[in-house]
Amino acid sequence: MTDVLDAYPQLLKGAWITVQLTLLGSALALVLALAFGLAGTARSAWVRALNRVYVEFFRGTATLVLMYWFFYALPLVGLRFTPMFAAVLSLGLNIGAYGAEVVRGSVRAVPRAQYEAAVALNLTPAQRMRRVILPQAVALMLPPFGNLVIELMKGSAIVSLITIGDLTFRAKQIQNSTGETLWTYVAILVLYFVIAQVLQLLVRLAERRVDRILGRRPGRARRRARAVAAEVGG
Amino acid sequence: MPPTETVPGDVPELPKKAAAAPLPAGDAPGLRFEKVVKRFGDTTVLRDLDFTVAPGERVTLIGPSGSGKTTILRLLMTLERPDGGLIWVGDDTLWHREKKGKRVPADQKHLHEMRKQIGMVFQQFNLFPNMNVLRNLTEGPVRVLGLSRDEAVERARQLLDLVGLADKIDAHPSRLSGGQQQRVAIARALAMRPRVLLLDEVTSALDPELVVGVQDLLRDIARESDLTLLCVTHEMNFARDISNRVLMFDQGRIVEEGTPEAIFDDPSEPRTREFLRAVRAS
Repeated sequence: MTDVLDAYPQLLKGAWITVQLTLLGSALALVLALAFGLAGTARSAWVRALNRVYVEFFRGTATLVLMYWFFYALPLVGLRFTPMFAAVLSLGLNIGAYGAEVVRGSVRAVPRAQYEAAVALNLTPAQRMRRVILPQAVALMLPPFGNLVIELMKGSAIVSLITIGDLTFRAKQIQNSTGETLWTYVAILVLYFVIAQVLQLLVRLAERRVDRILGRRPGRARRRARAVAAEVGG
Repeated sequence: MPPTETVPGDVPELPKKAAAAPLPAGDAPGLRFEKVVKRFGDTTVLRDLDFTVAPGERVTLIGPSGSGKTTILRLLMTLERPDGGLIWVGDDTLWHREKKGKRVPADQKHLHEMRKQIGMVFQQFNLFPNMNVLRNLTEGPVRVLGLSRDEAVERARQLLDLVGLADKIDAHPSRLSGGQQQRVAIARALAMRPRVLLLDEVTSALDPELVVGVQDLLRDIARESDLTLLCVTHEMNFARDISNRVLMFDQGRIVEEGTPEAIFDDPSEPRTREFLRAVRAS
């Protein structure tokens, strides 16, 4: 066990790579989810078809196979990616497909009355989306997005198969050199869990903020006012 | 059809009123439905509907639910597309534009241009929950009318004064009562300086004790502005107060029309009498 603890710089280095993969992969997934998710709500059937093709293809392909494809197959036709780039690309494309479904569903779940009020104020179609529909849809997107980010983080363990030194990769190294199978895997189990908890916390904070903007939770000013009222009343 | 014929001359002229500062002012357009058809699936809601509203006239539409009153407002606000006929707003057709001398379906640009004259207040208020009261009132003027932030805020302040909610300027819509929300919604519609105002059952979703306040406000606005007003309501006293003409609808057609006094005190059609009896009994 002490051998494993002594190897903590290795584990931290691996954890940092896992965090990087998660952040970069999530950023790519978010951009793809918004672009293709909004395409899924478009009036034009052609634009909606773009959404279907993207979602069905990348939801239906294994992330690992996608990653092998970017890392081993594409170089054969002269396209060479760094391992990190191939990993972020495959993780982002895969989770982005699930995210696109979340975006599409959330936008459609905003009450039609909100769209109608925006039309009555003569907002342009782009303004209706940007100023009225999307801010309200974000509140619906956040909880499923939180799940997807954690899903992506856990799924990132497969990048050890294309030589990236993430948490799982380091664990295998330590296990090889120390023979401490049990404690090595206990250590990364805990580390993955801790990272997931931090991500979960960040999503919670974002949810609270959005809820406050939408007036579903008393804001800071309101709480202060109530405290003052209680004082005066008491 | 030459534009001059679109607004009929045989409706009595209404006295012009001095417009209070925050209220929209200027020439209000007339409205005219010409053989308008609207279907939802197999149901024909409006069949070859013809009627005219003079500039500055205030018309209330009454009738049983499902008679097509709200659909008329929604067609005017471009929330529904007609299946046939023409809708004139002033000298222009709402759902059609002129292209090489031919009338073709309106594009987004034409609809945007036409909507500048029209505002609507909804039964359920439909305030934007992602904005506070002030932003609800300034968003349209800033983004659509191109007002500066300061101008828009000033306009919002005046309108909130008018509707008696100056102290709620920073409040969130969810913290307001239904009546207050509807007042904000009225102010929001007026902030766009529409020339035609559509009121769709604006007090139906309110608690009984809040109805009168909103009605009084709208009556004052109607009296002090020269808006063309189209109102759908089940409150007959409000209809009497606010309008110069009442149209009784049934099954997508106008059954009877006249002054509020004529319709409410001495209706000639059995269907109108039946409807009024049912409404008053409730």
